[in-house]
Formats: sequence, C-alpha cells, structure tokens
Amino acid sequence: MTVQTAGPAYVTRAPNVRSLKLAESFFIPIAALVVSALLFSVFLLIIGKSPVDFFALVWTGGFGSSFSFQNTLQRSAPLVLTGLAFAVPARIGLTIIGGEGALVLGGFAAAAVAIPLVTNGVPPFLTLPLMAIAAMATGGFWIGLAGWLRHYRGVNETISSLLLSYIAIAIMNFFVEGALRDPASANKPSTMPIGDAYRVGAMPFTDVHWGLGAGVLLAIVLYILMSRTTFGFAARMTGGNPRAALAQGLPVGFLVVTCCVIAGACAGLGGFFEVAAIHGQANASLVAGYGFTGILVAFLARHNPLAVVPVAILFGAIAAAGGLVQRRMGMPDATVLVLQGIIFVVLLTSETMYGRLKFFQPGTGADRT
Amino acid sequence: MMESAFVTVLIAMLGGAIRVSTPFMFVGLGECLTEKSGRINLGLEGNLVLGAMVAYAVSYLSGNPWVGVLAAGGSGLVLGALHGYICKLPKVNDIAVGIAIMSFGTGTAFFFGKPFIQPTAPRLDAIHLGDWTGNAALAQALQVNPLFFVGIILAVAMSWAFANTRWGLIVRMTGDSAASARAMGVSVDLVRFLTTAAGGFLAGVGGAFLSLYYPGSWNQGLSSGQGLMAVALVIFARWDPIRCIWAALLFGAAGAIGPSLQSIGISQGYYFFNAAPYILTLFIMIASARSKGAAREVPGELSITK
Repeated sequence: MTVQTAGPAYVTRAPNVRSLKLAESFFIPIAALVVSALLFSVFLLIIGKSPVDFFALVWTGGFGSSFSFQNTLQRSAPLVLTGLAFAVPARIGLTIIGGEGALVLGGFAAAAVAIPLVTNGVPPFLTLPLMAIAAMATGGFWIGLAGWLRHYRGVNETISSLLLSYIAIAIMNFFVEGALRDPASANKPSTMPIGDAYRVGAMPFTDVHWGLGAGVLLAIVLYILMSRTTFGFAARMTGGNPRAALAQGLPVGFLVVTCCVIAGACAGLGGFFEVAAIHGQANASLVAGYGFTGILVAFLARHNPLAVVPVAILFGAIAAAGGLVQRRMGMPDATVLVLQGIIFVVLLTSETMYGRLKFFQPGTGADRT
Repeated sequence: MMESAFVTVLIAMLGGAIRVSTPFMFVGLGECLTEKSGRINLGLEGNLVLGAMVAYAVSYLSGNPWVGVLAAGGSGLVLGALHGYICKLPKVNDIAVGIAIMSFGTGTAFFFGKPFIQPTAPRLDAIHLGDWTGNAALAQALQVNPLFFVGIILAVAMSWAFANTRWGLIVRMTGDSAASARAMGVSVDLVRFLTTAAGGFLAGVGGAFLSLYYPGSWNQGLSSGQGLMAVALVIFARWDPIRCIWAALLFGAAGAIGPSLQSIGISQGYYFFNAAPYILTLFIMIASARSKGAAREVPGELSITK
C-alpha cells in the first residue's frame, strides 16, 4: 500500500519556534522531576529520614558502580520496549494501555515455542530467533486486534487493550497451570525451563542482556520511521486530525493497525527477553507491571521513541536502588514505589504547563499560518 | 452422587459470589458515579489497595473495624479528590493520570502497610442469614457481610437519585453535555471533582471489605485487580447502578467458579472462568459500539466512548 502525502498541507514553522518547542519539552519534564524530588524530600522529612542520604543512595544504587549501573540497565530493558509500545500508537492518536498483556503473551509464546525445539535439540541460533519471532507475532497480533477493533468496529482501544491484557494473562495462566506445566515446578507453576544453553547472553563487555541493545536499536528505527518517513508523517497526520487524514485519502485503517502491530511486537519482544534472558521459563513472574510503567515512561518521553531510552534508564535506576535503600536506611522496599508514584502524578500534572510558560512562546503568531 | 456434587458447587458459588462481589460492587458504583459525570477514573485500583491497608491499620489501632471502614473511605476520598483536581487542568490525560494515581496509591499502601502484615486486626462480623436451614454448607454460604447490603441500598439510592433529584439531573447533564451544563450555570469542574472524590470514597470502602472481611488480612497481593476491572464492570452494566449490582454478582460468581469446582476435585481450566467477565465485556463493547440504542446509555462526554 502506498502512502500519499499532499504538498502544502503542513504548516511552515520558523526555526526559532521549533527550538523553543524543543526547549519547552526538555524544561517541563525536568522541572517536574525536580518538583517530585522536592515533594518526596518533604515526605522523607515528615517520616524523619534524610532526603540527602536517600538521593545519595539512589545515585549509588542506580549509577554508582559498574555493578549497580548494569543492574539499572538490566531493569530498564523491558521498560524501553513497553515504553515504545505506548509511544508509537500515541503518535497516531491511540491510547493503548495493553502493553502488559502483549508482554506476558509474547513471553509465553516464546516459552511455548521453545519446548518442542529444545526437546528435539534444535541449536540455539535457530531456536532463539524463532522464539523472538513467535513473541513479536503474538504481541503484535494482540495489540493489532485492539487497533483493528478501534478502526473497523469503533471499539475504544484503551478499554479493549486493557481487557485483552487480562485475557492474555488468563491464557498464560491456563496453559502454565495445565497443558504446558513443567511437573518439576511445584510451588510456582511454570513452563519447562529452556536451559542455560538457550539463554540469551550478555552484550560484549557487560553483564546486561541483549534486550537493552534490541530496545535501543528499535527506538532508533522507530524514531526514524515516525519522524523521517512518509509512513510516520501520515501516521502523525492521522493522529492530529483523523478526518483530515481520511479526506486526504490516507489509508487510516492500515496506519492504525500497523502502528498497533508495531507496538504489540515491541512489548512481545520484551516478553521474549524476560523469558530467554531472565526467567528461563514462562510463569507468573512475567506479570510484573512493566506494561503499566512503560505507559508513564512514554509520557515522560513525550512519545518520542529516542527519549524513551534515557527515561527508561532513569526508572530502571530508581527500581535498582530499592534494595540498597531498604538495607541502608531501614525503609521498606516500597519506598521507591512511593517516589515513582509521586513522579508519575507530578509529571502528568505538568502536561498542563505546555503552552502556558511565556518564555517558550514565540512573540508573534508566526506558527499560525 | 452427581446431583449432590452439583448442589455443592452451586452453594459454594452462591456464597463465593456474595463474598467476592462486594468489593466489585463498591468500585463499580464509585466508577459509575464518576463516569456519569463524564470523567473516567482508571486509578480506583490504587484507592482499593490503599483503602484495604488503611482499614486494616485503623481497625488494628482503634479496635473498631467500622472506624477502619470510614478511614478507608477517607483515604479513597483523598486519592479521588487528587484525581479530580488534576484532571480538571487543561491538556491533562485522564487515563494516564488514573494509572499514575494507581501507582501512587499502591506504592503508598505498601510503604505504610509493611508493619501491619503481621498483626491481626479486628474484622467485620457477618450476618448469619442461613442458620435456620440446618444445612452447614448453606449456612456458611449465607453468612453475609453488612457491607453487601449497604452496597445494594446505595445502588438503589443512586438509581433513584439519578432519575428523581436535582443533583442527579446535574450529574447526568454534566456527563452528557458539558456545554448545556455550563449554559445552566453549573460548574462542570466542580461537579466532576465531587463525583470523582465520592467515587474514590466508595472504592476505598471496597478495599476495606478486602482486608477486614474476605480474604480478611492485609498483604501486598490482596487485590487481584478488582479496581482496574471497575471500568469494565461499568461498561458491562451500561452505566446503570442497579445493573452494576448484577454485574458485580456475575463477576463475583465467575471468580467463584474455580474454587467451587476445586471443592469437588475439578481443578482444570478455572482461569478461563476468571477471564470470562473480560471476554463478555469485550463482546458487549463490540456489539454496542455502533448501536444507537446503546449510545443513548453512554454519558456523552466520556472520553472512552468517543
């Protein structure tokens, strides 16, 4: 299918307007982070702990040593992928919150595909790509379904993707506790372990598995796709004004479903890496809330695929520091959850500041041609 | 033999439905109230978990579980008010704010709830409705918590109020057309703020039921997503408080099928029964998405129906 674009449809912007917008989209999230840190410091002071100690520990636990930084990167890998899973459909105007389900189902598909392959001794260099493809195809189908229902049946994609998430988790539980259960997994029903020979290894010079590398690569590819190609232009135009896009003859249905399939494939790939690099099997540990955190990662990144990477690393660091904070300051490990929650709330509230700060507004109405 | 097994399952399901449905009822009614005014709150899971923790802690410290229930409602009210306040700001995405509030509420609950996992708090007492039957299983199934009846009375009251009172009309009008509400001199933001806060209160009470009655203790895995399911439940009930009760009972019964089948030795496939409410809701959404009759029941201002 070809995507047609019309010449004079876009708005010409003076370069200073663009750089002001860019500065604004850096300044507001960073200001939101600072405000969250201040609010959390107040919280710490109320319960009688030192904010200075806390943030020093977060720094040490997240970035302080090469060990802790690798721990951070390890935790950020699934967040990059689920962040992309929200950011890409967001560009076309869809709010897809089903990344969790696509990740779980993708991870399960990878583990399920691995069972016959591993039993028959198919070598890892064939097995792992097949597992990854199965994961991406399943995840892509799952979110693609939400996109299809949206465009062709008028079903709200937010709620349908949430429902599909629960159905996905139920499907995984059904098989993991039934037909595909490894009899050796007594307390925690799981599929058959894929075995160490089939694990995805670490990237060169690090202990971080390839999931992060794949996430960064995908982020770059998707950035180019969404910002530098006709497909991306058509998608963003559809996001801006679906009716205008239809009137221009853009294949809106194709664009919507494709963006959703891409999103689901990203989340599914995250599930693949969780299975092939971390757990070695599919079980309830896949349902870890990465899908939901990814939504907020994407919001902090302003739905820009490239920005998803550093934001995911930031949240990976906060999560990685949880253990250290617990040991050194005698606070529950849920402390970092409170910090995360405050950041999320303040961050989303800060969305209201866009276009309100005088400093970032162009002096004339130059952007309204 | 076959027949008695069937009866066992039915009785277990009845008891299970009554027990499991109460938190669904409260989050469902809370979400229904909020959505009637044209706003969606996806964060009720946070209210539920925080409410469960606060109820347990307050009941433990005060020795009176009903004080715990009120405190849980209060904590839900605060989270709901926060959601209501943030969502009235321009350019803010209400769905994402809901997820953020959920994250904040559960994080806070886990943080402050840590010391309360061990101790045993006084729990809510049940009303024994089935003792006269002389059948032990039936008597156990008919031990009903007072909150169950509070939920039903509330649903009837809400249904009546939506249809017959000035306040009900204002809420429905705000939900159907913000422009008309403004033209009538009603403050749309204020109405939505109040309904979101009140909805949050109800979700907090639902959480109190979880920690103070069934399962009846506080731990981090207490909720199984009842709060998130509230949104599905309200769609399933087509924004009608009375139908919310039926939907809650149905969702509760679906959740109770698994354990009741286990009581007669069938342990296969109960995850599909757990997923049944979601599948049903999805089909209802597909069937009603382009139907004009269904469109009349949906609050026109609701972002998820546009």
